Amino acid sequence: MIESLTLLLICQLVGEVLVGLFGLPVPGPVLGMLLLFIGLLIRRGVPPVMQTTATTLLSHFSLLFVPAGVGIMLHIGLLEDAWLAIGVALITSTAIAIAVTALTMLGLERLAGRQPDMDQQP
Amino acid sequence: MKPIDELWVYLATNPLLHLTLTLVAYLIGNRLYRRFGMNPLLNPVMIAIVILVGLLVATGTSYGQYFEGAQFVHFLLGPATVALAVPLYNQFARVRRSVGPLLAAIIMGSLSASLSAVGIAVLLGAAPEIVASIAPKSVTTPIAMGIAEQLGGLPSLTAVLVILTGVVGAMLGPPLLTLLRIRDWRARGLAIGVAAHGIGTARAMQVNEVAGAFSGLAMGLNALATAILLPLLWSWIF
Repeated sequence: MIESLTLLLICQLVGEVLVGLFGLPVPGPVLGMLLLFIGLLIRRGVPPVMQTTATTLLSHFSLLFVPAGVGIMLHIGLLEDAWLAIGVALITSTAIAIAVTALTMLGLERLAGRQPDMDQQP
Repeated sequence: MKPIDELWVYLATNPLLHLTLTLVAYLIGNRLYRRFGMNPLLNPVMIAIVILVGLLVATGTSYGQYFEGAQFVHFLLGPATVALAVPLYNQFARVRRSVGPLLAAIIMGSLSASLSAVGIAVLLGAAPEIVASIAPKSVTTPIAMGIAEQLGGLPSLTAVLVILTGVVGAMLGPPLLTLLRIRDWRARGLAIGVAAHGIGTARAMQVNEVAGAFSGLAMGLNALATAILLPLLWSWIF
């Protein structure tokens, strides 16, 4: 557990350092994810301890967004002034993005003559 | 016994109280979500935020004071994002099989998320700095704040809009995808990850590992695509 947590932190740290050094347009943790991914490819497998740590951390991934979300209290005034424009823009554009992404992917898969992942249906 | 107000002063300035409250509020949200058959409309993040904002406003606690305690939870976002490499690796065979459609879908999703949000906000008469703050709202928080600053928006407002978008996407996505008869877990995960970044990915992860892996991948690549494309488009449109 401690080894895999340390490895996650090292990947994040290296990611942050590279982003800072080269002014890359991605957040440090996302680059860290890429580094760990490359590491797993080289190692050809996920060590069981890393699998457990990742599963534990990710099973409550949504909890980790709560502190940032509470920051909404700082902007209640601004949101009140423009709630209609903001609300309609957020809800509609999110629905559009979801539909466009899913339909583009499935449409192109179909064009390429590939079957959808039938064993993977909800 | 100490007087109660003295005890309150101690607790309110100690990180323990707000750290504990954050976990309790989330567990209440999670309990409600499960009690009602995992209805996406009862998003645990949204319930926790409503409870906590209500409590903080009622007790006159500032966000800074709250964050003293909550930062320990917030900190774990970084290592957890790195950990998304694990489900991605486990699903790599599936990802590799459809690299082309996947990348095209993410770029289309990135463009449609920002452009439709900007278009609607302009039509409804939002102020320019609100329009610029709303443009990168589908991107994960740190990078969205950077993009907003570049476009002349308010980074701290963007942070809030990003969270709201995540909650909306996690609530709206699953019923919308079912309505569109999209049953492929890869496409479902990809769509939620593009539109609703980490909060959507958290939700996808709970439902299915394939969806979770594709969602995490979409979140990362969408951040990259939007960071490159949006400032270019912006200088071209405005």
